Amino acid sequence: MNDMTPTREQREANLEGMGCKRKRVEDVRFTQGKGQYVDDIKLPGMVYGDFVRSPYAHAKVTKIDATEALKLPGVIAVLTAEDLKGVNLAWMPTLAGDVQMVLADGKVLYQNQEVAFVVAEDRYIADDAIQLVEVEYEELPVLVDPFQSMAPDAPVLRPDLEGKTEGAHGPRKHHNHIFNWAVGDKDETAKAFSDADVTIKEMISYHRTHPSPLETCQCVASMDKVKGELTVYGTFQAPHVIRTVASLLSTIPEHKIHVIAPDIGGGFGNKVGAYPGYICAIVASIVTGVPVKWVEDRMENLSTTSFARDYHMTTEIAAKNDGTVTGLKVHVLADHGGFDACADPSKWPAGFFNIVTGSYDFPAAHLEVDGVYTNKAPGGVAYRCSFRVTEAAYCIERAMDILAQKLEMDPADLRMKNFVKPEQFPYQSALGWEYDSGDYHTAMQKAMDTIGYRELRAEQKAKQEAFKRGETREIMGIGVSFFTEIVGAGPSKNCDILGVAMFDSAEIRVHPTGSVISRMGTKSQGQGHETTWAQIIATEIGIPAADIMVEEGNTDTAPYGLGTYGSRSTPVAGAAIALAARKIRNKAQMIAAHMLEVSEYDLEWDVDGFQVKGNPEARKSMKEIAWAAYHAPPPNMEPGLEAVSYYDPPNMTYPFGAYFCVMDIDVDTGVANTRRFYALDDCGTRINPMIIEGQVHGGLTEAFAIAMGQEIAYDEMGNVMGASFMDFFIPTAVETPHWETDYTVTPSPHHPIGAKGVGESPNVGGVPAFSNAVNDAFQFLGNTHIQMPHDAWRIWKAAKDLGAHG
Amino acid sequence: MIPGEFTYHRPSSVAEAVAILVSHGDEARPLSGGHSLIPMMKLRMAAPEHLVDLAGIADLKGISDGGATISIGAMTTQNELIGSDLLTQKLPIIRETSLLIADPQIRYMGTLGGNVANGDPGNDMPGLMQCLNASYVLAGPDGEREVAAREFYEAAYFTALAPEELLTAVKIPVPAAGHGYAYEKLKRKVGDYATAAAAVILTMDGGTVSSCSIALTNVADTPLFASDASDIITGSTLDSATVDRAVAAAEAITEPASDGRGPAEYRTKMAGIMVRRALARAAERANG
Repeated sequence: MNDMTPTREQREANLEGMGCKRKRVEDVRFTQGKGQYVDDIKLPGMVYGDFVRSPYAHAKVTKIDATEALKLPGVIAVLTAEDLKGVNLAWMPTLAGDVQMVLADGKVLYQNQEVAFVVAEDRYIADDAIQLVEVEYEELPVLVDPFQSMAPDAPVLRPDLEGKTEGAHGPRKHHNHIFNWAVGDKDETAKAFSDADVTIKEMISYHRTHPSPLETCQCVASMDKVKGELTVYGTFQAPHVIRTVASLLSTIPEHKIHVIAPDIGGGFGNKVGAYPGYICAIVASIVTGVPVKWVEDRMENLSTTSFARDYHMTTEIAAKNDGTVTGLKVHVLADHGGFDACADPSKWPAGFFNIVTGSYDFPAAHLEVDGVYTNKAPGGVAYRCSFRVTEAAYCIERAMDILAQKLEMDPADLRMKNFVKPEQFPYQSALGWEYDSGDYHTAMQKAMDTIGYRELRAEQKAKQEAFKRGETREIMGIGVSFFTEIVGAGPSKNCDILGVAMFDSAEIRVHPTGSVISRMGTKSQGQGHETTWAQIIATEIGIPAADIMVEEGNTDTAPYGLGTYGSRSTPVAGAAIALAARKIRNKAQMIAAHMLEVSEYDLEWDVDGFQVKGNPEARKSMKEIAWAAYHAPPPNMEPGLEAVSYYDPPNMTYPFGAYFCVMDIDVDTGVANTRRFYALDDCGTRINPMIIEGQVHGGLTEAFAIAMGQEIAYDEMGNVMGASFMDFFIPTAVETPHWETDYTVTPSPHHPIGAKGVGESPNVGGVPAFSNAVNDAFQFLGNTHIQMPHDAWRIWKAAKDLGAHG
Repeated sequence: MIPGEFTYHRPSSVAEAVAILVSHGDEARPLSGGHSLIPMMKLRMAAPEHLVDLAGIADLKGISDGGATISIGAMTTQNELIGSDLLTQKLPIIRETSLLIADPQIRYMGTLGGNVANGDPGNDMPGLMQCLNASYVLAGPDGEREVAAREFYEAAYFTALAPEELLTAVKIPVPAAGHGYAYEKLKRKVGDYATAAAAVILTMDGGTVSSCSIALTNVADTPLFASDASDIITGSTLDSATVDRAVAAAEAITEPASDGRGPAEYRTKMAGIMVRRALARAAERANG
C-alpha cells in the first residue's frame, strides 16, 4: 500500500453501484435532443402509411372505393380487409384470447376504428388520399353503457362470435359477454356477511383513461425480399414478444425477423400490445418491397390504441363493531370495448385484480369479474400499474374509507387495526396470493408522524366549524391511502403471454480490458435501465458502472425476454442480471485462485476483486482477472468471461406504501388545491434512490391527472370526447403539486438483491389518496362516495348536491 | 394532423396584403401568430388555399401613446403587451389578462390582432376589449374603417371583418387614472381556454362606484359586454345586495356550451363567480 492506493471506500464509491444516486447516463443524449426514436429512422425508399378511420361507433361498412385516392400522384396502395384476407391477416389474435379486426371487415365497432390503410410517398399525400377514399356506412344502434351490454335486447356487437358459448376464459352468458372470472370462497364470504355487525356497499367506478405517452405508437417495417428477412423498428415495450407474434402471424421464420425497439418516449402500458398499424405497415412493406413507416397522431393514440381502467366495482365489506374486517365481496363490471385486447398474462382475464384485499387481513373474500363488449376502443392495458392493480387498490382504499365513516372511526386507525402483521409474512391472502414481505405498521406510523396526521385532523375539524358558521367557503380533505402492489410477473407456474413463460434474461460479457457490454430482455421507455442495470452489475462484479454498457431492444443481440411493463423489470430482469453477474464472479474466483496460487476457498470478495483471507494485500482486481480470462486462463478452463441467465421468479414481489394527500377545496368553483402530498414507498432494496424519486414523482403526477380529471369519455352516440391534449388532462408543472417522498426498506426475501420494483406504486397508491381527499373533504356534509374524475365542475356538482351552495 | 396544400404569401405592406385578400376572397386567410389557424389547418377544419403571412409588415407592430387613446398594432405579440411599460402604467389589465393567455411559448407568437380578429369565443382579448370599449381599425380595398369591439362579434368565428379586410390596429381609450381593474379567469390548467372569465374596470368616488364596465369571456358564442350588470354596479357602494343583482344580470346573458370544462349550468355560475371576484378585486385596487 502507498498513498496512491485507493481506500476501500474510494474503491466502493468508484463503482457507483447499488444505493448510489448515479446520474442517468441516457440523459446525456436525451437532454441534447440526440435520442433516436422510431420517427428518427429514415430508410432509403421509405414510404408512409396512414389510416382511413370510421366516424361512427357502430356501423356496417357497405362499400370502400379507393379509385379516386389511387389516382392521386404519389399514392402507392390502399389496403382494405379484403386485401389482408389474402395473407390471412384481416383479423389478428389478441393477448386476451379474443380476435380483433386489423381493418374493418364488414363493420366497425368503435369510432376511429381502422378502415383502410393508405400507402403514399409522403405523409402529406397520404393524408390527402385519406380524404379521397369513399366509404359507405350503414349506422347501427350504439352500445356505450357497459351496464346495458347484457340487456336482452342489446345490439349484437360481434356477429363473428355468434353461437360461441365458450370464450377464452369459460362460458359466455350473453352475446356481449366476454368472460366471468370468480375467485375466493363464496360460502365463507356469505357467512362473514351474515355474521357481521356492520356492512357497507358501494359501486365504485374507475373511469376510462389512457396512458398517453409523449411519443405515440409507431413503426417502420422493412421487408428484404431477396433475403426473405423482415426488420421492424417500433415503439415496443416487449420487442421479443412482437417478434414471436410477427413470426406466427406472417409465417416468416423467427430468425429472419429482426425487431428493434430504439429509444422510446414513454410507454405506461400503451406500447405492450400489437396494433393494426404494425400489421398494416408490415403487410404494406411485404407488398411494396420498400420500407413503410406508420406514425400515430395524438388523436389516434388517445382514441384507438389501448385505453386503461373502465372498471365498475360493486364493493362490500363485512366488519365487527370494533373495526375488524371479516369479509370482502367485490363484483366488477369490466368494459373492454369492441374487442377483448387486454394486455394481461394469458390466464388472468382481469389481471391480478384479486390483490383487492389490499394490505388487510381479510379472513374471507370473494371476487367476480364480468367482462363485456361495448362500442368503444379496445385495450385495457395496465397504465403504469401491474395488471388491474390500480383498480384493485382504488377499490379497497375507497371502501376502507367508507367503512371507517360508517364505524365513525378514523380511516388511518381502521387501516392500522386491519393490516397484515409483520409476523404473518409470507402471508396467504384469501384471494390466493402469497405476499412476500412487509411491515405495514412501521410504514404507516412513520407517514402519520411525518405529516402530522393528528394535527391535520384537528385543523380540518376547525375549518369545518368555520365553514358551518359561514366564515369560509373553503373546506379541507385528508386523503389516506395504504397500498400493496403485486408486481414482477411472473412465475411460469401462473404467468405466460401467448404460451411464453414470463421469465426474463440478462447476458453479461466482460471484455479483456475489464469493461462490459450487457444486454437484457427488458426495454426501457424512460425507466433508466442503462443506469440502474449497470449499478447492479457494478456491485456484483466490482467493475465501475461507468465501464458497463447496457443495451436493450435489439432482438438479434439481446437474450429473449418478456419486456418492460407491470413493474417487472427489476423483480425479474434485475434478478437475472444479479445471477448472471454471480456466474461471472464465480468464474473470476477460480481464475483469481489460479493467479494467486491458492485454493478458491481461500479467497474472499472485497468490493472490486478477490483477496486472500487474512492477507488482503494478496489480491486480484476484476480488471486483472478479466485480462487473465482472455490471456492466461487456468488449465482446463474455457477462456473468456461472460454469462447468461434466464430467471423464472419463484413468486411475485409486493411493494407497498403509505400516501397522504392534504387538499383545500373551494366549494364555489370546485377548484381543489393539493396543499401537501406525502408518499412513503417501500420497494425493498433501493438500487438508485434518485431514479426511485423520479419514478415516484412521475407516477404521482399521473395519479394526480387521473384522479383529478383525465378521462376518455364517450357521448351516447359513441363519439369519443376530448381526445386531444386540449381536453385530456396532462398536468403541467404549474398544476402539479409538490411531492414529499420518503421510504422504508423491507427487502423481498426471494429476490437475489431484495428489490421489489417501484415504477408503478405511485400511480397505484396515488389515485386513492387524491380521491379519498376529495371524498373526505365532503364527508362532514353527508357525503359517502363521489365518483372520479374529480375535475372542478364535478366537485362543484357534488358540493351543490350536498347543499353546500346554500 | 397534416394540412392540405396551400400557397404561402408574405406581403410587406398592408396595401399589398389587402390586394392579395381581394384577389382570392374567401380562399385566402391572413396569418398572424398562427396559434388558432395552424392547428385548425392541421385538423383540416380550415383549408385556406392562400395563406397571407403578416409577419413581414412592419407597420402592424408596436404600441403608440396617443394620450387619451393608446393604439396597438395588430401584430404586437402578447409577450410584447406584457413587456410594455406604457400598458403596465396606463392599462394594467392588459398585462394581467395577457399573463393568463396560454403559456409563455404561445405568448411569444400569439398576437393581439389575431386574438381579437379570429372570433374564437375562447379568446380572452375580445371580452377585455369590450370591457375597455376599444375599437378595431379595419383596412380594406376602400380604405380604413373603425368598428367598436362591442359591435364586432356576430357568432363564433363570424365577425364584422369582411374577407378582403385586414384588422390592422386596436384603439383603446385610456381609463381614468386610479381606476380599479381585474381579469378573473377560471381554467382547468395552464394553456386552457376559460371555463368562464370576467373583465372589470371601475372608478370609485368615495365609497361609490362612479363608472363600471364588465365583460365576459367564453360563456357564449361571442364575448359578452354585460351592460346591465355594469349599470347596476355604477352608482352603488358595492353592497352585497347590489353585487348579487349584478351577478344575476351577468349570469342571465350567458349561453355557454356544455363541454369538457363542465355543463352549461356550471359555466354560467362560474361566470357569476368570476364577476363577483373581479368586482371585489377591482374595487380593492381603485383609488378615490
